[in-house]
Amino acid sequence: METVDVKHLQELLDSFANKDVYIHLETTNGSYASHFQEGFFNAGAFIRNVIIRYELGKVTGESPHRIGLKLPSGWIYAQGITHYTVDEHHRLLMAGLGPDGKLAVALEISETPFTY
Amino acid sequence: MLQKERHVLVVFPHPDDESFGSAGTIAQYIEMGVPVTYACLTLGEMGRNLGNPPFANRETLPQIRKQELLDACDAMGLTDLRMMGLRDKTIEFEDPEKLVKMMTDLMDELHPSLVISFHPTLAVHPDHNATGVAVIEAMSRMPEANRPVLYTKAFDNDTLNQLGEPHVVHHTPDVADKKIAALRAHASQTVWMLPDMEKRWAANDKDALDWLYNEAFYIHDFT
Repeated sequence: METVDVKHLQELLDSFANKDVYIHLETTNGSYASHFQEGFFNAGAFIRNVIIRYELGKVTGESPHRIGLKLPSGWIYAQGITHYTVDEHHRLLMAGLGPDGKLAVALEISETPFTY
Repeated sequence: MLQKERHVLVVFPHPDDESFGSAGTIAQYIEMGVPVTYACLTLGEMGRNLGNPPFANRETLPQIRKQELLDACDAMGLTDLRMMGLRDKTIEFEDPEKLVKMMTDLMDELHPSLVISFHPTLAVHPDHNATGVAVIEAMSRMPEANRPVLYTKAFDNDTLNQLGEPHVVHHTPDVADKKIAALRAHASQTVWMLPDMEKRWAANDKDALDWLYNEAFYIHDFT
């Protein structure tokens, strides 16, 4: 993955618009957060291989960026995106990596299903 | 000194769980000629360490961790590795009977005399606890006469308070090199802690050497 090039990422988001696409979205503090820091309120969310169709996708802000997908009757967004790549399966993989190299958020878009 | 076993079955959910808490024990049993099987339930697909700049992404991490797992098993001398195909961070949400059957099938095939897994409530990560629950449920359904001994790993901050001192401590300094090699094999998970640990080992830091040489377990009471 490379650090976000806003213009290029925007073109990629446009290229998946108005198509049925598989989504991976996660936010995480890690399963050990409240073990290493007592009292830490650990929260996160994860969806994978849910099919959606968005009519408008945008990357906004300075890094870490925000990504928003406008659906016919709803929304998906992720904040904290720092890196992205298009892999050999033509999937758009975006992630927010902290300075410590740990993933905090991921948003991925694909025309084919992700593995299990 | 470890007792001779007929067969040891190790069940953990993530590549590296075996190396952190049990690599010395596994390597020692193998050196003693005891067959050891490791059932690793997931490939740690949801691991957070990707590096910055990143060496992996969410979709390539499982293949990296799979290779690390194979290399760690090589380092310990373990030849019977089973990758069980579940997904990281989902074990507690699986159908409990599916998990129990998975464990029962392993026991029926291997007839282990000793099983090593996680404690069902004091193993911190939800996957760890759920693995322990499934192993215990499968074993509790076995006739007592056929039931192996179960050692569990527990490291919740409240462990000492709830369980007291560990029932079994394996002292395995002779295979420390293999344990270090196994930990190094899991580079995606250990590159952040190993350099510091290696410095402490070199400086004869008592806690760090205790962690390297001694592996603690609780014997599960099925009564």
